[in-house]
Amino acid sequence: MVATYSDTQQDNLPGAELLSLTGLSLRFRGQINDVVDDVALEVRRGEVLCVVGESGCGKSVTSMALMGLLPADSAQISSGILRIEGEEIDLSSQTLPVSMRGNRVAMIFQEPMTSLNPAFRIGDQIGEAILRHQGGTKPAARARAQDLLQRVGIANPAQRLDEYPHQLSGGMRQRVMIAMALANDPQILIADEPTTALDVTIQAQILDLIRDLRDETGMGTIMITHDLGVVAEIADTVAVMYGGQVVEQGPVAEIFDNPQHPYTIGLMSAMPRLDAPGGRLAIVPGTVPTIANMPEGCRFRTRCAFAAAACVARPALVPVAPDHAVACHFAPLETHVAVLA
Amino acid sequence: MTDAAPATRITADPVLTARPENRVWKKFRSHKSALFGGCLVAFFVLIALAAPILPIPDPMATDWGAVRKAPSWDHWMGTDEIGRDVMSRMIWGAQASLLAGVVSVGIAVLLGVPLGLVAGYFGGWTDAVISRCTEALLAAPFLILAIALAAFLGPSLTNAMIAIGISATPIFIRLTRGQVINIKSEDYVESAHAIGLPTPRILSRYILPNVLPPILVQATLTIATAIIAEASLSFLGLGQQPPAPSWGSMLNTAKNFLNQAPWMALWPGLSIFFVVLGFNLLGDGLRDALDPREH
Repeated sequence: MVATYSDTQQDNLPGAELLSLTGLSLRFRGQINDVVDDVALEVRRGEVLCVVGESGCGKSVTSMALMGLLPADSAQISSGILRIEGEEIDLSSQTLPVSMRGNRVAMIFQEPMTSLNPAFRIGDQIGEAILRHQGGTKPAARARAQDLLQRVGIANPAQRLDEYPHQLSGGMRQRVMIAMALANDPQILIADEPTTALDVTIQAQILDLIRDLRDETGMGTIMITHDLGVVAEIADTVAVMYGGQVVEQGPVAEIFDNPQHPYTIGLMSAMPRLDAPGGRLAIVPGTVPTIANMPEGCRFRTRCAFAAAACVARPALVPVAPDHAVACHFAPLETHVAVLA
Repeated sequence: MTDAAPATRITADPVLTARPENRVWKKFRSHKSALFGGCLVAFFVLIALAAPILPIPDPMATDWGAVRKAPSWDHWMGTDEIGRDVMSRMIWGAQASLLAGVVSVGIAVLLGVPLGLVAGYFGGWTDAVISRCTEALLAAPFLILAIALAAFLGPSLTNAMIAIGISATPIFIRLTRGQVINIKSEDYVESAHAIGLPTPRILSRYILPNVLPPILVQATLTIATAIIAEASLSFLGLGQQPPAPSWGSMLNTAKNFLNQAPWMALWPGLSIFFVVLGFNLLGDGLRDALDPREH
């Protein structure tokens, strides 16, 4: 079902596909439900895919599974095919090869304050990423590190190379992390909430930087976030996750203007708006059930205003518009609501 | 420099430019007792190193004309039961004690830190096996274990050092393992994985340097314990063998003459006291100086 969707999309659309993930399911040892359930994502060249959802919806775990960073003893991947530029990796039996990590697929993390090794100078850390995948001499790696720092907008790069992480501000550290991620010209950049720990001004600068780099290098980006402001700013396509499943997927304009899944609609109306001040914010009632208490069928049905008997069965992700797919029995919503009325 | 205004401002900021070494040293310097401890340690290290060139009599030369003489101009700390100069023996004995302290702790660190790294990093069966062995060793009191090992290996200073080193190893395994478990979940270790660095490199560059400070503190404190252990072993005849001087064996002989020649026991006793005090104060000072919470 999910596979069909991405297949049709592949046939229909121009733009080279860089990365696709199909049917990723995984659970943590000792749990009865999958924390990531049949998730499919795809990124094309020069495109930013934003994965949105609230805490615990499985978006970070999905990205860790992509990178092969999940601890093998506690996370069990039952299925999932990862295709990177034609190369196919069955995630249930193998992980992303270490030689591709940081090379073709790079990752930046949420907490720039703690993501750099406090015991080493910035230059050495960036240099390490270069030497690991490209080899070469230390002075060459250092020169390249300096270029990278320049490119991510750090003033005085030559001097910064010899500084320790604690001497840099949060925004600068995130720039260093990005420089490190870019060190080997990756085709895919996975950014796990790269701006959450930063204030809004710096956040905007970092997003600008990622956008510029995307335009410059044509890399594909998977951005994981819970901030719809960030999504509006940078995304080309959006995947909305709830309870470990992708519930809605589509181009950013479609998701914002024409949300079809009740959860997406809830998220959109829960955003504060400048053009309609004064009123109370809409809320999505209740909280996300814990993974052990996930309902059968549609995982959102316990909080959904439209829930009905049909929701006990799991809805498939079906197209409602070109590129726009929704996992809801009542999609497209207008038709169904009209029928009900 | 002047054109890059923000950068210049940051560079001029003393807090931002203080390197960690500087902060640690500043902290250490303001710690009076640590400085005192450092001076004590330095003093004993100095006399131990300088023993061959100091104008003192041969520590093993006997003089039947000066048996158990009280401190005087000729013998500043008196003589022992066969007329050997106590000061000379004390100074040469410092060599044995410090050597035993440093070498045995070196053995403990070299054995314990890698085992702790492996146990903490890999977990699972590796950890279970190493940890159970550690606990078995810890079940026996430190000194008893050292005595048993030294007796098993045969009495000599080298064997005493090996015995003390092995007895002190479990402390370092446990400490390192705990620190590693802490550090390996840090984001920068995760990001090292994301760069695709191989495991040995992550262990040596990302984990080891960040677990070292508490190990350094523990090592300093353990040197004090090891010096006492060496003295105890020598006192029991399991360490430094006569006639070579050692504080422990000097005390052993001196106990027979406590009434007639109390100075024979006084000086080695005081030496042990001060060198152990020195290492303990130094270790406490290092702990405070390296504690990131108090920066």
